[in-house]
Amino acid sequence: MAQYVARRLVQLILVLFGVSVVVFLTMHVLPGDVATLLLGDRATTEQLDSLRRQLGLDQPIYTQYFRFLIDALSGDFGMSLRSNRPAVEDVWIAFPVTIQLSLAALFVAVVIGVPCGVLAAVRPLSRFDNIVMTFSLFGVSMPIFWLGLMMILVFGAFLDWLPIGGLMPIGVEPPRVTGMSVVDSIISGDWRFVLLSLRYLILPAFTLGTIPLALITRITRSEMLSMRSHDHVRTARAKGLSESTVILKHVLRNALIPVVTVIGLQLGLLLSGAVLTESIFSLPGLGRLMVNAILTRDYPVVQAAALLTASVFVFVNLFVDLSYAYLDPRIRYR
Amino acid sequence: MSAIEIAPVERPQWSRDAARLLRRPTARIGVAIVAVFLLLTIFASLIAPYSPFDQDFAKALMGPSGDHIFGTDQYGRDVLSRVVFGSRTALLSIFVADGLALVLGCALGLIAGFFGAWLDSAIMRVVDVLLAFPYLLLALIIVAALGPSLFNSMIAIGIVYTPQYARLIRGQVLSVKTTEFVLAAQALGANRMRIILRHILPNSFTPILVMATLQAGTVVVETAGLSFLGMGAQPPSPDWGSVLAEGQSYFLSAWWIATFPGLAIFAVVLGFNLVGDALRDHFDPRRRKE
Repeated sequence: MAQYVARRLVQLILVLFGVSVVVFLTMHVLPGDVATLLLGDRATTEQLDSLRRQLGLDQPIYTQYFRFLIDALSGDFGMSLRSNRPAVEDVWIAFPVTIQLSLAALFVAVVIGVPCGVLAAVRPLSRFDNIVMTFSLFGVSMPIFWLGLMMILVFGAFLDWLPIGGLMPIGVEPPRVTGMSVVDSIISGDWRFVLLSLRYLILPAFTLGTIPLALITRITRSEMLSMRSHDHVRTARAKGLSESTVILKHVLRNALIPVVTVIGLQLGLLLSGAVLTESIFSLPGLGRLMVNAILTRDYPVVQAAALLTASVFVFVNLFVDLSYAYLDPRIRYR
Repeated sequence: MSAIEIAPVERPQWSRDAARLLRRPTARIGVAIVAVFLLLTIFASLIAPYSPFDQDFAKALMGPSGDHIFGTDQYGRDVLSRVVFGSRTALLSIFVADGLALVLGCALGLIAGFFGAWLDSAIMRVVDVLLAFPYLLLALIIVAALGPSLFNSMIAIGIVYTPQYARLIRGQVLSVKTTEFVLAAQALGANRMRIILRHILPNSFTPILVMATLQAGTVVVETAGLSFLGMGAQPPSPDWGSVLAEGQSYFLSAWWIATFPGLAIFAVVLGFNLVGDALRDHFDPRRRKE
């Protein structure tokens, strides 16, 4: 196992190096000159040349890259062109919002998806199975930016059950500790804050969680069905064990191994979906920050946000792979 | 008098395959949705009752009615006509983005799988790096570099999905290149190009077809998503994502502007998913048995 972990860590470092090259190069070919962006159109040629020298933009590209890499490793991505704060500070403020949203969506997907998949597989082709499979097919085909608007329309506007955007009502904010509204509300000890923050999280979490929910339901059902025909399950039945014991102890436990991997791998989908969900529900998360930064060509923020998101994604994938290797010995000995 | 024996006319393989594929009701629904989508794109100018660009402020924000089945938007444009013409952008995105991913991915996967050694390692490490980004994030970074436009968003999505094709094809090539017919072709002196194009590629075709069909729907959603964020098609283009984004501002008072393009995206994705699922099940003997 230690050898496997070491090999994966070396691969991770190589991938992160590649990620930094991609982020640097794509930002390097951004349309428009950085010096002109910073100084404005009225700057003289001398002023522009002087700033380019100061920023190291007159250096060869590989020198610029290594400077970028060293600065990035120390958390310095430069100042945001919009907020005039360090870019990394903008990213750290937005990051907890996205993490909270992604975790809430994953919670919705797992808590509903796994039981639905199990129950559907217990009686395949039953009415319940057909309903679950139809909904899961609709779920994977749903554009989430449209689903979000529909949720707002139905639960926010028509039924008036839930708030339609933001993290908390205007003027209400628990003392900031983690930046996650629900966690900060719990820390504050005021249950009104907790209830409010949860109410504001429901619609975005269900919107973002829909596709992972559909995928988790499908994979749980299909793994359960394939596990049911295995020899050890037949043996358990032949021993005279009750159906519930066979399902829970012999089918579900083994079927959950690939399901755990699929759950872990949903994070990429969630981070992608968060960009759209945050835009619809006006959440000040990483996705929305990045879209605004791209539209205003605030490249230090784009670089910081992209590098952070990709790094989180890579680390989570590593964690998922390691947990899979831990659960299934065949992987680590391959 | 001897009877003349007439040999039964054997139906071609593709016809038998199609008949077996269409035996499933879900496949029939999927094919019907995709067919309607294709008809809309081809006959958009005949089906759409108005021009998608014609403004009539006197009729702005009118709800669905006999004159305007899907209502009108804030400029008095007919939403149905915009949705019908938007199907053309969706089809274009499938051709450009899915096509680019397929061609690039196949080329990279074939080279990596066939030549192996350092070329394989180099290509697969690049693929690993591209897979290290969440899809939409990578698409956003590429669009940021190229500049927001419909065509650039399609290129970005094409690049984002290239690694998946590359991995799939590489795996196929690795298994096909050790088969006897490829070894026989090599022994007969066939050159590498001929072996790749005449022997390996046609025998890797089935999974490519399945993936291309499943990705077609995804590509439509992603292109619309980028347009929704203002990174793809720009107004007044009748692209579904950008119509939806325009409708977002009026959503609570004029729900129809954003609802119908969203339904169109949903239907097209559903159609391609159903066809893709049916193709996958059809070509996978294990699933066919299930």
